[in-house]
Amino acid sequence: MNARDDRPNPEDLLRAAAQESRGRLKVFLGAAPGVGKTYEMLSEGAALLRSGTDLVVGIVETHGRAETEAMTAGLPIFPRREIDYQGRKLTEMDLDGLLERRPKLVLVDELAHDNVPGSRHPKRYLDVEELLAAGIDVYSTINIQHIESLNDVVASFTKVRVRETVPDRILETAEIEVVDIPPDELIERLKQGKVYIPQEATRALSHFFSKSNLSALRELALRRAAQAVDSQMLDYVRSHALAGTWAGGERIVVAVSELPGADGLVRATKRIADAQRAPWTALHVETPRAREFGDEERRRLAATLHLATQLGGSVASIPATSVIEGIKTHAADARATQLVVGKSARSRLFELIHGSVVDRLVRETPGIAVHVLPMEDEGTPVRTKRRIPRFGASTDYLWTTLVVAAVTGLAAMLSRLLNIDNVALLYLLPVMVAASLFGRWPGLFAGALSSLAYNFFFLEPTGTLTIDDPENVVSIFVLLGVAIVTSQFAARVQAQATMAATSARTNAALAGFLRQLTDVANEQELMQAICAEIGRLLDVRTVALVASPDGPQLIAANPPEDRLETMEHAAAQWALDRGVPAGRGSDTLTASDWLFYPLKSHDRTLGVIGLARADAQYTVRSDQLPLLINLLDQAALAVDRMRLGAEMRDVAQLRERDRLRAALLSSVSHDLRTPITAILAALAGLRREPTPALIDEAEAEALRLNRFVANLLDMARVEAGALKLKVEATDLTDAVAAAVHDTRATLEGRPIALDVSPGLPLVRVDPQLFHHILINLLDNAGRYGDPGTSVAISARRVPGELTLSINDEGPGLPAGREREVFETFRRFEGSDRSKRGTGLGLAIVKGFAEAMGIEVVARNRDDMRGACFALRFPEVLLVRDVASVPA
Amino acid sequence: MSGKARVLIVEDDASIRRLLRGTLERAGYDVGEAATARDALHQVAAFDPAVVLLDLGLPDREGMELVPLIAGQGRAAVLIVSARDATEEKVTALGLGASDYVTKPFDTDELVARVGAALRNRLTSAGGRTKVVAGEVTFDLLNHRVERAGADLHLTPKEFAVVAELARYPGRVITHAHLLKAVWANDYDRHIEYLRVVIRNIRAKLEDDPALPRLIVNEPGVGYRLMGSKD
Repeated sequence: MNARDDRPNPEDLLRAAAQESRGRLKVFLGAAPGVGKTYEMLSEGAALLRSGTDLVVGIVETHGRAETEAMTAGLPIFPRREIDYQGRKLTEMDLDGLLERRPKLVLVDELAHDNVPGSRHPKRYLDVEELLAAGIDVYSTINIQHIESLNDVVASFTKVRVRETVPDRILETAEIEVVDIPPDELIERLKQGKVYIPQEATRALSHFFSKSNLSALRELALRRAAQAVDSQMLDYVRSHALAGTWAGGERIVVAVSELPGADGLVRATKRIADAQRAPWTALHVETPRAREFGDEERRRLAATLHLATQLGGSVASIPATSVIEGIKTHAADARATQLVVGKSARSRLFELIHGSVVDRLVRETPGIAVHVLPMEDEGTPVRTKRRIPRFGASTDYLWTTLVVAAVTGLAAMLSRLLNIDNVALLYLLPVMVAASLFGRWPGLFAGALSSLAYNFFFLEPTGTLTIDDPENVVSIFVLLGVAIVTSQFAARVQAQATMAATSARTNAALAGFLRQLTDVANEQELMQAICAEIGRLLDVRTVALVASPDGPQLIAANPPEDRLETMEHAAAQWALDRGVPAGRGSDTLTASDWLFYPLKSHDRTLGVIGLARADAQYTVRSDQLPLLINLLDQAALAVDRMRLGAEMRDVAQLRERDRLRAALLSSVSHDLRTPITAILAALAGLRREPTPALIDEAEAEALRLNRFVANLLDMARVEAGALKLKVEATDLTDAVAAAVHDTRATLEGRPIALDVSPGLPLVRVDPQLFHHILINLLDNAGRYGDPGTSVAISARRVPGELTLSINDEGPGLPAGREREVFETFRRFEGSDRSKRGTGLGLAIVKGFAEAMGIEVVARNRDDMRGACFALRFPEVLLVRDVASVPA
Repeated sequence: MSGKARVLIVEDDASIRRLLRGTLERAGYDVGEAATARDALHQVAAFDPAVVLLDLGLPDREGMELVPLIAGQGRAAVLIVSARDATEEKVTALGLGASDYVTKPFDTDELVARVGAALRNRLTSAGGRTKVVAGEVTFDLLNHRVERAGADLHLTPKEFAVVAELARYPGRVITHAHLLKAVWANDYDRHIEYLRVVIRNIRAKLEDDPALPRLIVNEPGVGYRLMGSKD
């Protein structure tokens, strides 16, 4: 076994933490009715009540027993809820009332009780689980035969099977107190009428209460209690890192089939796994035979697999040509250390021919312990009709007969040319044809028919089925032998092809599913794709719901569905809140028409997928379950990825916004105050002595202030992301001329070198936004160009685009960081602050340009004499060849 | 014309009113003031101004609503003076009958020039102008002739129709919609491209430097203006 880390495993600690906030369950375990569990529970309750514990009696059945009734006298009894069921008024524990009342402790009698149909949960233990989950402590009672994994054992010696069972996991975390009286005393109490037995069960139970049964039950109860103590001890050991004592490493696989009795195997495996604290898997090997299952067989298989999930095992289903191949493959993949298989009641003859499956398993899985358990039949085995005749269709035999007849005709024609042995070879043809086309049985049929025909028509004496020459007897047998071998091979090849096709279909389905999920823009589309794909692959109606402040919200459906009934809504809510399946075919809210599966990532439930099939009892066929689970896992991954992506984008956006806010504050304080200060200073100077220089100064600063405010407003428009474009064909000459006119103050009389040919195509832009782009670029050129140098504006038409560039003469841009100039509030370190940029202009240029589909590029001039900003208009923005204007 | 032309300033900000009053009085106008829309309508009747400088952001009413009320009477030219610079707003105001649109902050010299242009337009629009001189170009609207430095220029009928429309209101921005309607009498979207080409052709014939036009000037997204008229 691999070396184990001695520190507590985080998962174990998490589990312990989860249990700390959960309520604690104490179970009074008895071997049989009448041992006094309820009495014991109530008397302990009474003692706690006296010491001040806030407790209520959730539900207690006294069955008119005087001693028990007396015990309830002093205890606060919580009123029951009335339920109308088929005209009768029945009462059940008021779960919602208790959850609202939130006592410290609730006493709940008979943990294994089945609730009246129409209750939230079909089973009382599920009510108890909800109380525990809400942090409420619960005391409850149970008899040993109601424990799921002991159900078979008890039934085997008492011959009474109880239907009301509680999964072992409920008891695993519970404190167990055995209420024990000697069997003799119990029988005495029974005779005195102190034990309540329902009228209809009297006869069955009279056998149940034999001394030997009671002794056996008592021993079971004591052992089960000891095991519970063991497992709690183990939990302690694990969380305290005393890992050395923890054997571990065992992995158990139980092979289940559609046969009756498979559920017994699952329960037995659960007991083995519990005893060894080993994870376990129920494996169904899907052989070609699985396609021939009737409804009853499917149902039984589904129930068995479902039982396995309920008992805490996992479920796998793999396609394979034979059970043994499947088990071997899975055992190797899952690194199983133990196998549990059932010994079927097959005839000796069958085993002689096929070999015992068990023998072969033991031989072919070295290193794996194989448990062989008897398959006990629960009820009468149901013979089911096969839907596909396994011997092939009658038309196959007709064709086979025709081929044999044709070969016989051919052989008759050729018999003069061939010797008799070669004629026999001809008959191999129909055998191979039939075996490869129609499978094993038609192949064998062809073999038999061929040997008969060969004998009848060609072997002396012809016209009879007698054979003179002993050599010819040999050829008949050879013919038959070849037929058998060929048919077997053909059948296997055919089966393998089918399995490969099935497996390829599953893989293709998954791959297709993933492909569908990648091509979506948002979560809503993703959910719709998930719904559509699952619906298509499993042939069910689907809905997807996600959590919202107003409860589950329907965001996708296939076919479209706009609302769910109240019942469905409740089931969806349940699945969403707890991360467990709910609805039809699950444990909870089974009256719903829909079955809801949670989409779970490692730490949260992302949403639920609801499935429904209008006409079928089972929403999902057992053989589709593994595919569905696979699909749901992949879907959950996709949703998780999308949400994480969105969250990361949000965080990034938030960070960017924070950076901008900080930059804006510093910029506003600097860029607004500086010109105001300059203006005030100039005005003060003017008061003393008016000079043109001071007036120019004040004017320039005021213009700068104006430009900054205009840019702030423009930036706000870009940031808001809602630039409304009013695009029209614009003449670059017009645009450049207007921009040059409006920036004449900043350009301070710099010469403008214009090279914009009037013959250029018009461009489709928003004239005002474009005007602002040009103003900012010219402004930038005026600010960063060296004093007195010129600004060159040129437009060039090259294939595929039109480029307008604005060049200044100055220090240019820091090499390698040209792109950064477009970032908001980006001013390069060391760049002269006195240049008085706003840090907004080029960001606006980029924002506006991109909104219009113009690419803007910053680089240094080829001659390295300064910076060059180029606006590139792709072909689509150009108005080519304006039709000559009608004069 | 006897006496000074009267200009009414409709503006809620007192310091801007004071600044405008000083500037306009120095330029030789008789100036009236109104701080609210209500007062403005009253003053238009009582003061009978030739030009109204109208701010759009008035305390009691949207300034835009006053444009048709004042311009519609046909007595006063409306010149919008606003901090709002959205193209749509300019186009709307001009469409409602405003003569011109000046955005704040404005150059006082330019403002005075625009007031002068508006005043001239108002005086001549009724009878119509027959001859307009801009720079070294003369537009003879009556005889459909355009001269540059004394030499006849050949313009196509469409080109002439466009310049005639601009020359009819020199210095005033003529919207694209107006030009298209006057020249093509037709839908805007398809013909804006024609208009651009026609303007290009006209510039090639009229301007010293067609790449940096000085006579026919573009107002981005709004329209064209004929500059340089001394009339």
